[in-house]
Amino acid sequence: MMELLGALIPSALAQHAPVLLVVVPLILSPVAAVMPNGRIAWVIALIGVAFTVLMLPPLFAGVQADAVMSYALGGWAAPLGIEYRVDALNLPILALVGIIGFLCTLYALPSVADEVDEGKRAIFYATFLVCFAGLLGVAVTGDAFNVFVFVEISSLSTYGLIAMGAGRDRRALTASYNYLVLGTIGATFFVIGVGFLYMATGTLNMADMARVLAENGHDRVTQAGFAFIVVGLGLKAAMFPLHVWLPNAYAFAPNFVTAFLASTATKVAFYALIRFLFSVYHPDVTFVDLSSTWVFAVVGTIAMIVASVQAVFQTDARRVLAYSSVAQVGYMMLGLGIGSADGLAAGLLHLMNHAMMKGALFMALGAFALNYGVSRVKDLAGMGKSMPATSVAFTFGGLSLVGVPLTIGFTSKWYLILAALENGWWWAVAALILSSLLALAYVARLLMPIWFENAPTHGGAVPKVQRVPWLMAVPMGILALANIYFFFHAAPIVNLARGAANAVMGGF
Amino acid sequence: MFDILADRAIYMPIIVLMMMGLYVVVATGNLVKRLVGLSIFQTSVCLLYITVGKVFGGQPPILPPAHHGEDHGEGHAAEAGHAAAAASSHDAPVHDAPAHDAADHAEPAHGEAAHAEPAVADTGHAEEAAHGAASHAQDAVQHVADAAHHADAAPVHVEGAIDGVLYSNPLPHVLILTAIVVGVATLAVGLALVVRIREAYGTIEDTALSAADYSAETGGRE
Repeated sequence: MMELLGALIPSALAQHAPVLLVVVPLILSPVAAVMPNGRIAWVIALIGVAFTVLMLPPLFAGVQADAVMSYALGGWAAPLGIEYRVDALNLPILALVGIIGFLCTLYALPSVADEVDEGKRAIFYATFLVCFAGLLGVAVTGDAFNVFVFVEISSLSTYGLIAMGAGRDRRALTASYNYLVLGTIGATFFVIGVGFLYMATGTLNMADMARVLAENGHDRVTQAGFAFIVVGLGLKAAMFPLHVWLPNAYAFAPNFVTAFLASTATKVAFYALIRFLFSVYHPDVTFVDLSSTWVFAVVGTIAMIVASVQAVFQTDARRVLAYSSVAQVGYMMLGLGIGSADGLAAGLLHLMNHAMMKGALFMALGAFALNYGVSRVKDLAGMGKSMPATSVAFTFGGLSLVGVPLTIGFTSKWYLILAALENGWWWAVAALILSSLLALAYVARLLMPIWFENAPTHGGAVPKVQRVPWLMAVPMGILALANIYFFFHAAPIVNLARGAANAVMGGF
Repeated sequence: MFDILADRAIYMPIIVLMMMGLYVVVATGNLVKRLVGLSIFQTSVCLLYITVGKVFGGQPPILPPAHHGEDHGEGHAAEAGHAAAAASSHDAPVHDAPAHDAADHAEPAHGEAAHAEPAVADTGHAEEAAHGAASHAQDAVQHVADAAHHADAAPVHVEGAIDGVLYSNPLPHVLILTAIVVGVATLAVGLALVVRIREAYGTIEDTALSAADYSAETGGRE
């Protein structure tokens, strides 16, 4: 399948795939901005995103052939020039952002038409393309300072996208502002860390940094750099104590933005964290090892429980899922903290699976909001009768979030438990099961009104079944079914995660 | 103890600025003042980077007059030379012989020299100018290669110097230009948001905003 698609791409394009991935959406963005109406801008956005998806098969082929695809920007060779680098670790992330981005863009047309003013839609899609390009840029670049630039490109556009929710609820503005302040502090911490690494190594290329650090060993400067990078990227990835920006941002952004960000933005930041922790710094180094056990595993465990408890008590449906996202990042942190290749693979698997679950859930909530203006949990009452298909999609996503067998949520939690037991970490397994029970509680709070309560009737009128536009129904259906499909055909994604973990553990 | 501090005196203002910025962000309830704090914080990081680029006794990173030309080809060769100088700075252990980097980059510079030819060819003194460009560029490449050779064969008397000339590291300056642009963009987006918040709420004080949101959520029954 992949080979067939790969053969369709001309080799001149395939050769430049790593850079085209980022450049094409970036160039199409101003084009979308000057379009006279939202519909044409949407077509431009779709072209940009679809092009990125088309660039994925050559990347898969290239990584399969050589393990690492290195692209020298402007022909300047690696340690001095900026290198774009695709290997087994960032390939799944690129595929995730590309494919989820494509599905979300399909979904966007009716949803955005409902929630964003006509005059702002062209700019909205332009901003989305910048955000999309920025996220791909973080994933594809091999240069530490370039990571900072792309993090800021994606973040700045994210602030704009979130603030677009102000048409419906003015709290989107304050949510966006708070995210801007915290996000900028995070990015600045990251750039301080990169500065320290540059002082210690004299290079900005991540592979070269790793080599120099391995040769020269570590001192106070590199340790301080490590701390700054972990805090900076942790803020972006919404790691537990640094997650305060996330619930409001997800709750008040337009639904399409929430669906896209929840399944890509924090994932990309988490990837960057793994890249620095395991590739630039090596997990065998004492302080990295200690911090992965005592910071990531422990804080991740606390996040799993505390954020889940907070999720149970939310009244806004999207805030429930937002707090759940913080808890799910806790699972990934635990996987990372286990420190073995199996643990990291389980964390990455959960990262991909979580993108599919939250994508389906937020898309379904967006469909409810489109037809009935649902935002609070109690508004969901009776949706099972008035929007049965969307309710089924929502249920699949919800069950997967709990980790019920026959869904991918079960697969990744299973691998996580196995990896934790390998280390003899019974407490982590106990916390994981407790957190899953809490997840059952908050998902049940969402599912109960959908299926078992009746919609409030106005003068005895029975609510009719309302259809969702097919552009929304198809991506939502694909993601919901993916939650089931990959349980039965887990091999492809498990292999991707394993390949990534093994590649990282092997160093650059 | 005092010596250590005196050595690192430049870091003191940076740290003070950094803490001031962060403190303002946390302590103030005014949204505009918070952005001011954020900018101060970012600026302190710019200073930190600039400090890294300073090499004691180093010249501005421009090739000496003997190799100074005006054409494109040489420009690039010069860059390669600087890059070699850039590879080391006073507190950065030289990770590799600078020679290696210089040699790496001599090649693209050569390519540029060849490209320069058709570019100047349209002008009146076509042949001459083109030849001049090529030979200039070749000189520069030769110069870099010599420097590389020097560094390879025997350590030059000053570490990181090229033909006895010590350059400051230009790379942090370039990085900081990018960071400044990012900072300005952030400030612009932040101020735009504050304008919109002011329009929607009629205030830019944090406590008043929370109160407005709270009363909206409870339907005015506080």
